[in-house]
Formats: sequence, structure tokens, C-alpha cells
Amino acid sequence: MARTLYDKLWDAHLVKQRDDGSALIYIDRQIIHEVTSPQAFEGLRLAGRQPWRVGSNFATLDHNVPTTPFKNASEIEDDTSRIQVQTLEDNTRAFGIREFGIGDVRQGIVHVMAPEQGAVVPGMTVVCGDSHTSTNGALACLAHGIGTSEVEHVLATQCLVAKKMKNMLVRVEGELGAGVTAKDVVLHIIGVIGTAGGNGHAMEFAGSAIRSLSMEGRMTICNMSIEAGARAGMVAVDDITIDYVRGRPFAPKGADWDKAVDYWRTLVSDDGAQFDTVVEINAADIKPQVSWGTSPEMVLPVDATLPIPEQESDAVKRSGMERAYQYMGLTPGMKITDIKVDRVFIGSCTNSRIEDLRAAAVVAKGRKKADNVKQVLVVPGSGLVKQQAEAEGLDKVFVEAGFEWREPGCSMCLAMNPDKLLAGEHCASTSNRNFEGRQGNGGRTHLVSPAMAAAAAVAGHFVDIRDFDSRDL
Amino acid sequence: MEKFIREDGLVAPLDRANVDTDQIIPKQFLKSIKRSGFGPNLFDEWRYLDEGQPGQDNSKRPLNEDFVLNQSRYQGASILLARRNFGCGSSREHAPWALLDFGFRAIIAPSFADIFFNNCFKNGVLPIVVSEEVADELFSAVQGKEGYRLTVDLAEQKIIRPDGEAIAFEIDAFRKHCLLNGLDDIGLTLQVADSIREYEASRQQREPWVFIE
Repeated sequence: MARTLYDKLWDAHLVKQRDDGSALIYIDRQIIHEVTSPQAFEGLRLAGRQPWRVGSNFATLDHNVPTTPFKNASEIEDDTSRIQVQTLEDNTRAFGIREFGIGDVRQGIVHVMAPEQGAVVPGMTVVCGDSHTSTNGALACLAHGIGTSEVEHVLATQCLVAKKMKNMLVRVEGELGAGVTAKDVVLHIIGVIGTAGGNGHAMEFAGSAIRSLSMEGRMTICNMSIEAGARAGMVAVDDITIDYVRGRPFAPKGADWDKAVDYWRTLVSDDGAQFDTVVEINAADIKPQVSWGTSPEMVLPVDATLPIPEQESDAVKRSGMERAYQYMGLTPGMKITDIKVDRVFIGSCTNSRIEDLRAAAVVAKGRKKADNVKQVLVVPGSGLVKQQAEAEGLDKVFVEAGFEWREPGCSMCLAMNPDKLLAGEHCASTSNRNFEGRQGNGGRTHLVSPAMAAAAAVAGHFVDIRDFDSRDL
Repeated sequence: MEKFIREDGLVAPLDRANVDTDQIIPKQFLKSIKRSGFGPNLFDEWRYLDEGQPGQDNSKRPLNEDFVLNQSRYQGASILLARRNFGCGSSREHAPWALLDFGFRAIIAPSFADIFFNNCFKNGVLPIVVSEEVADELFSAVQGKEGYRLTVDLAEQKIIRPDGEAIAFEIDAFRKHCLLNGLDDIGLTLQVADSIREYEASRQQREPWVFIE
């Protein structure tokens, strides 16, 4: 029978199907960070259990780490952050788990580090106590976020109790217009299907527009499948996938490599495979996107005007829009390009890979941050991304433009470290969530692509990247 | 995990859609390395007028009197009535920990985000899916009558209204079994450790590169 990519990944990891519909699936990789793991390790200790397969786990520090230079955990000023970082260090040492810690060039955001290291390769099941684990699905993996109880469960048993999800196909056909990036594609998809659109589904992204994207772009799209309601997003294997994995430190080598590639080539949805839900998107319809509200589905093309709540027929949606207007301090009907920006954040597991930094640097080169913009943070996703960017001279481009070049980490995506918005500030952000208070209490987030963020930094307000070069600033 | 059998409790209505886990428990409280103590900071940004910090004495903070959980009629509520896509966003299990610590044992909504839904069951919190129509009716009933209570009977899979009328709900058999008995998943899974080892051996043949040391 014709199977989807998700069906194949599920079947290949099924340890036991129970009569009641639940199943035990095997987990190949668990990625661990400091925020969602301490209680799991404590649980192991209390029960006197050991990790089932220690080598399957990869740990690093990302959420709490400062993005200003520091040498060890004791230099972290915030007591609670420091304790959490030290707790991970203690736990990985005690249980013998591999950790890329402070000062290790491999340290970085979990979802940047894992593919970069080849810790995640096609065909795997990948979990992490972090909802953006879906990022790894770009490598044709079944990858999704889990809670801390499940982190403990995977540590102890290498398995997860799961129920098979439904299959959803999001097909984006055609050619993307100039200035339209992977970030705009995924924001557009979320705008079309809503933040609950993928609930209960594993979401495969396909079509010529997806095929044309680099692995970095595919990761950006799978990263935000969770914002479309689907905890797992994925893309089938092709040459781009295999070229990306080749030569990475933990990827297979020699004869194993050839055998692996033969298998990985089968990780595509078969012709005629059945999807429960299919969404068709025309690539030509996608414009550069800017979110205006407090949910990722409140997103519009940059040339649009803000919606009028009275025109919304769904009462629950209408009240959500009214509340969003109040929080964001914006007026219905205003132009997106009239929204002024106080801070800019370029980074996060969505957009902190080398390609993202290059896209931002192209816009920043030879230009200066606008006077009304208080701060532009550029935060690479890992030490290796930082190293690569510096080798290409991107750091200099940013610094000359008045941007700040920082150390790797999650930073202002969720503001657990000192990088925060102040109440009322508008931020052009390449991150993934525009929830109330996400980037700092009272902060107002607008989700955009790296190029759009850099353009907003230079202009001081949102601008359409498509006519940026010809614009009189 | 505490068993969930039957909950008879006061209902609090949270009338907004897409409530995300950043709202349920803001990030500064995730720095705790414990599972308990999150209740005072549940919905922190909506409940208080100032910005909350971990380790603070919350009893001295200015309350947002407009927020539903601060209204006297809802004090002591153990059932939360919510709107669609409740618990979206971050996978933080601190969200159900905070709801439980505050005193909620059941959450009724037209839909839940997948990861949050799953996390509830690991903590003895029962998320119940009802239709949009039933949710609308319950919102009217709760908002219309002070002291409105519901009974949730898990064994019978029913929400029972004050007039005795019952609303049936669906739940996975395995999850129901675990909740009713307060079972620890890990112990159950380790009962089939041999199956896991068998699976590993066959995978190791097919994909040896997965099994790095």
C-alpha cells in the first residue's frame, strides 16, 4: 500500500502496538537543554533509574545563556539562570551524557546544533523538551517537542507512548517571487490555515517551491509547523538533504554512508499515498509577511492594511483581534509600513543559520540602523554559525551598520536571558512567536524574515523588501 | 501521579481563544528546577498589574481586578472552561504544573494544542474536548449564575450539569486507564523492556549508524 513519509517513519519505529490504539515508538535521538530537563533528571534519580542508551542523547545550553561573552556558568548574573545552567552541567556529568557546554564552539540553540553536528540524520525519530523540535523534520525525520515527563520517559526507556497522528500535506507549487523567503512561506501558510490548522496532524511540506529551498530554508518552515498547530513538520529526502548531511561529524561514514543513502532515498511519500488533509498553496501568491497581532495567524503581506474587527464574523476571532489591537497599540486600517520599530532581533531557532545571517547582511551592507531604532541584536544560532559568519566578514557588516553581534543562544526569542523588550516597544523579530509578553513583559513582536528585519532596522519602520533597493531612505 | 476519578467543582470561565503556554506560565518562572510552586504565577501577566519575578512574595503584588480568576465568585475553582486551541505554543510542562498547583483538575475546551494536551495526562489533569456549541452553552451558564459547578466523572466519561443533564466526552482508553489509576508511564513501559531490546537489535542491523556511543 502507498504510504506517506510519516507512515514510513512511524512504521519503522513502532516497537509495540497496543490494543487500545496507543503505541510504543522508539526514539533515536533526544536533544536536551537546561530548561525542560532538570525535573526529568530528578525523576530518574528518585526512581533509581539510568538512561536506557546514553549515547542517543545530546545536550547543550541555549535558553538561559547570556549573549555577551562569558567563560563559565559562574559568570551568569541571574541566580536562577545560573542554577539552571549548572544543573544541566551537573546532570550530564552525573549520567555521562554528551554536552556541548559553555566555551565549546558546538554550543548553540538545540535545533541549530543537532542538524549541524549530523546528530540528526534522515529517518530518525527526534524529540526534545522544546516545541520547535519540529525543525529537524526538514531532514525527513519524525521530530517533535515533548513535555518534561516524556523527557524522563525517553531517558529511561528510549521510547515514547504515542498515538498515530493524521497525515497532512501542504503543497507549495510554483516559483517564489524575489524577496520572498522560507519564513514568508511558513507565515503565509499559518495565515491561511490558522494556528490550530494542523492540530492532530503530522505535516509534510512538499511541492516545487519547497524542493527549491536549501536545508536552512526547509528547517525554517518545519520549525514553525508548531505555530500552524502541527507538532511535527517534515520534508522528504532529496539530493539537497543528502548533500547537507554528508561529512557532518556524527553522520555515517564509509560503507555505512552508502547504505544509509540508499535507505534515505526511500524516505518520500509514495505516489498515491493518502493524506487526511491537503492544503494547496500557490507560491506566486506569497508576499513578504509581517505579523501584526498576538498570534502567529495574525499575519499579513507587508503591503496590506490592518484588518477591521467589525468585518470578522466569528465572535471568538473578533474578540481576539480586539484584544490584540489593545495589546499591540495599533489601529485597524493602518498600513503595515507605517508601524515604527524600536528594536530588531535577528536570531532564534527559526532564523539564525548562516543563510539567514547572509540575507540580513546583504540588506545591512553599507547602510546604518535608523536613529529611532534603539537596538539591533544579531544572534547566531551556534558557535559554528558564528565562526562561519565571521570568516565571511558578516560580523563587520553588522557592526558597521550599528547592529550588535552577539554570542549564540535563544536570546530575545523568549527573553529568558538579559535580552528583552521593554513594555510598549515594537520589535521586528525573526523568531517564531508573537505572543503577549513573549520577548519581554509588554513587548510587541512582529514576525518577519531576516531580510525584512534588517530592512526595518535600517528604515526605522517596516518596508517592503521587494522595493527596498530603489527606496529613498 | 495523583489519580483522577471524579471532580465536583466550581467552574471558572476563561473566555479567549488560543491561550498560549507563555500566558499560562511566563518564561521567567521556567528557571525553577522543581515541579511545584508554579500556582501563584499561573497567568501571571494577566493576574497581576506588575511584572512578576521568581521568588517574589506574590501576596503583596497589585492584582488585576478585571481578570476572571481574581473575581471573588471564582475563588476555589477546580474546573477551567476555555476556548479553542487552549495551550498552544511552547511545550513547557510547567503549564499543566501551574494549572494543577493553582487547583485546576479539569479543563474543558473545544480544542487543545497537541503537546499541552498530552502533558496534562502526565500530571493528573484531565483535558476534555467538547463541541463549540456545548462550550458556548457552558460559558453562558457559568457567567450567568454565581457558584456554577460541574461534576466530571471520568469512569463514566461524562460532565454532569447542576440539573443532572450529562454531556458525554471521548478519551483514549490508555490515558483513561492511567488517570483512573494514577499510573506511572515509565513503569508500564519497562514491563516490555524485552520488546524494546528486540526492536533495537533489528534496527541495529538495518541502521547501525543510528546507534552511536
